[in-house]
Amino acid sequence: MAEVHIRKVVKKYDEVLAVRGIDLDIRDHEFVVLVGPSGCGKTTTLRMIAGLEDITDGEIAIGGDVVNDVPPKDRDIAMVFQNYALYPHMSVHENMSFGLRLKKFPKDEINRRVDEAARILDITELLDRKPKQLSGGQRQRVAMGRAIVRNPKVFLFDEPLSNLDAKLRVQMRIEIKKVHQKVRTTTVYVTHDQVEAMTLADRVVVMNHGVIEQVGTPTELYHHPRTRFVAGFIGSPAMNFIPCTIQESGGQLALRVNDQISFPVPPARAQKYSQHKGNGSVLLGLRPEHLTEAKSQPEPGIVPFDANLEVTEPMGMETFVYFPINGDTICGRVNPTAGAKDGAPLKMAADLNNMHLIDAKTGLVL
Amino acid sequence: MVDATIKNEGSVMRADRRNSLQKAWQRKSTIAFLMTLPLILLILVLVIYPALYAVHLAMLNKSMQRFVGLSNFSFLFTRETFWMVVWQSCIFALTAVFFKAIIGFFVAHFVHNIPDKGQRKWRGMLLIPWVIPPAMSTLAWLWLFDPSYSAFNWILEHFGIAGIPWLGDEHWARFCVILVNVWIGAPFFMIMYLASLKSVPEQLYEAAKIDGANWWQTMRFVTLPMMRNIIMITALFSTIVTFANFDIVRVLTRGDPLDQTHVFATWAFRLGIEGGDIPLGASVSLFMVPILTIGAIFILRDIVKRGNEA
Amino acid sequence: MTATATSSVPSSAKKGYGSMSRDRQWALRWSYFFLVLFVIFFLTPPLYMLITSLKTSQEISAITNPWWVFNPTLDNYKELLGSGTFLTFFRNSAVVSISVVIITMLIAVPSAFALSRMRFWGSGALATGVFLTYLIPETLLFIPLFKMMAVFNEYTGIELINRWWVLLILYPTLTVPFCTWIMIGYFASIPKELDEAALIDGATWMQTLTKIFIPVALPGIIAATIFAFTVSWAQFLYPLAFTTSESQLVLPVGIITTLIKGDVFNWGQIMTGALLGAAPPLIIYAFLMDYYIAGLTAGATKG
Repeated sequence: MAEVHIRKVVKKYDEVLAVRGIDLDIRDHEFVVLVGPSGCGKTTTLRMIAGLEDITDGEIAIGGDVVNDVPPKDRDIAMVFQNYALYPHMSVHENMSFGLRLKKFPKDEINRRVDEAARILDITELLDRKPKQLSGGQRQRVAMGRAIVRNPKVFLFDEPLSNLDAKLRVQMRIEIKKVHQKVRTTTVYVTHDQVEAMTLADRVVVMNHGVIEQVGTPTELYHHPRTRFVAGFIGSPAMNFIPCTIQESGGQLALRVNDQISFPVPPARAQKYSQHKGNGSVLLGLRPEHLTEAKSQPEPGIVPFDANLEVTEPMGMETFVYFPINGDTICGRVNPTAGAKDGAPLKMAADLNNMHLIDAKTGLVL
Repeated sequence: MVDATIKNEGSVMRADRRNSLQKAWQRKSTIAFLMTLPLILLILVLVIYPALYAVHLAMLNKSMQRFVGLSNFSFLFTRETFWMVVWQSCIFALTAVFFKAIIGFFVAHFVHNIPDKGQRKWRGMLLIPWVIPPAMSTLAWLWLFDPSYSAFNWILEHFGIAGIPWLGDEHWARFCVILVNVWIGAPFFMIMYLASLKSVPEQLYEAAKIDGANWWQTMRFVTLPMMRNIIMITALFSTIVTFANFDIVRVLTRGDPLDQTHVFATWAFRLGIEGGDIPLGASVSLFMVPILTIGAIFILRDIVKRGNEA
Repeated sequence: MTATATSSVPSSAKKGYGSMSRDRQWALRWSYFFLVLFVIFFLTPPLYMLITSLKTSQEISAITNPWWVFNPTLDNYKELLGSGTFLTFFRNSAVVSISVVIITMLIAVPSAFALSRMRFWGSGALATGVFLTYLIPETLLFIPLFKMMAVFNEYTGIELINRWWVLLILYPTLTVPFCTWIMIGYFASIPKELDEAALIDGATWMQTLTKIFIPVALPGIIAATIFAFTVSWAQFLYPLAFTTSESQLVLPVGIITTLIKGDVFNWGQIMTGALLGAAPPLIIYAFLMDYYIAGLTAGATKG
């Protein structure tokens, strides 16, 4: 059990900066997910924690000890790889016990730990099989079992679910969460899938271009993204960004999108935004669920407008609708009963109580 | 190779305070170096050194006491047999490789054509010439070509055709060494081409079929381009090996009749080992180097290219 | 070629499905026809070896059908297998080939592991060098090597020429480069994560090699072993140049130099000896055909 501290860590491959000086504190027992697009430095960061990559600058501490110079085997970590990296010639039992056998653990202790881990993961009856005889999900469990038996200070997961099909991925996600609740080992988990990040994490670390964009609980990131990147990356379908200008007419702050559409800023936010008045390049960020069909009676902050639907996607309990504003395709989410049809106009409404305003130049949420 | 560790030490000093991990990296290169040391020694002592030593030897006189510069070579240039050997080696290698490639290509297609479950059996039989040690199978050919008891001639005479002096006539003897070489080498081509045929995705053929390609177009635009690499590299490999061939000529004709079937390797053996003129033998064998170098350059270029694509 | 021609596509789109399958039928028939032809061509010499080996010398020199055995006998086999010299050749060949296989694998496997996994200064150049070494034929090296042995004898007094074990020094030059090369290919196909997992599990480099890489790459090791064995067994030039006494000869050279006495060819025994000499590679091939072929194709398709 340990916390992990990352201090100003830099990773340079030849002349390419993969990680540009990141700071991160991971608490004991915490489940932290590093998420971001490919090439954002999340896997490099994980591999530096594991000791598979050396650290160009800065330091990493596990359980209070700086481990920059410690080889992987002495860091007391366990890692689950994307392709599981099970030893193909060993049985499940041998796979799980390999590390312990190399460390010359007594036989009883090895068997006790393997049985315990197998029980937690529900793979007791697979112990004598070879990896080839296992399904994807079972291999995934064995890979986790191999990590658990070592009882390490930190679990490291490198995109462990991306080789599974969609259905199994959801199942294993729940499984991983259950295991973490049982063993409570500090976990660093890397994924490019924001849904995985949201569902698994105590805290999510969003990375982009080798820097950390934002760290926070899933709900924090969802409701209070700090940058345009986070706002766009978290949530599916992604948040809409509508270019507009802030105008004031008659003491009322409004966001002018085009000649037809202008959204009045709700009074609660007006003060916050008034200092950006005249800023010609701001983006109005609205999630699809805040662009719905217009209701019959008006509510404060909810502004109706006309939309010409291009495409509709009925999902069953909801329908996604796509319509253009200023040439960009905007996604909204309406009730299946709202009568949305391909190519038909629909009265839509924007919920500005949940709007985000982003400076297009700096990418920061205002 | 000592540089390996020194270079790494240099980088250790540049870095400020990493010790044990860097030491581990450094130890890694030391271990790696030790693991490859036998290989390096083997290549240096038993391949590179003898190759260079051959150049030195080629510049000595027969008793190897005097440095004579290039006079061994200029002596060779005046010998008619030498030019005959050059000519024969090239004809031998090029003709043999050409027919090996053609036969290999067609037989690979025939095997590929028949149902999958029978292919293994046929492939197994067709590769047998390659598996038998060449010196042993050439003995069988020698017996088949025997001047008095040739089993081929028995068949010919059975049809009223006069027996052929297989190894007695220079033209027939040349034909025979090429035939035996093709017989041994064609199965190897067949296996290589079959492997490359199998690696062409079935969808490509289906796509070509849907696009309305006829047999020739499918061959021209799908099969051949996909096989091109293997066709080239197998032919190059084989050219090198055939050019340097020793066993077949040595066992079948020993260079006879009248040295007419000698290739570089057998003539170098005759002069250097049997004739006791090591410098002259070395000079002869060195004439293989240009062709080998050209082949090696092409193969290496292909490997580097594929390495970059990967 | 018309045979394969019809296999894939009908020449005219107007033809119906029936003609297409009829074309296939023909393609199949032609394929079988030519395959039979080529199998006859490829198998005639070994079969003729067998036929001759079962004949008495009287029958061989008689003017009967050479393609048929009228009075089959095993005398040639009995005589050869009962002769001390032939068994010496066989033993020499077996000892040399097996030892060379062991030496080869001991050198090639660790080298291939280091070259494919433990990047170090010069490792890329060395890998290419290994491949180039494979392209240097023995016919280029035997004369300088012969002289080197003589010089070595002058300096140390150790006689290397005409000793069967000198082949243990020479054969690895033929086997090690290729085996290293194909093992690099096999090791390269093992996912990187596997050694990283072993690293985290606390395995040293040596343990990673012996406990992970060698078992996982076992098919490649078998293929390389077969290659090394067959090359050693078949090698003809080195033993011909470096060994002369009957007690030092290996099988191929032994058969050719001792059974051919001057102009007298005892063909029954020669063919029997050749067949027995071809037997070990053929037996290995019969039982391990897939590994044999994998090793054959690995050189050009891997790496």
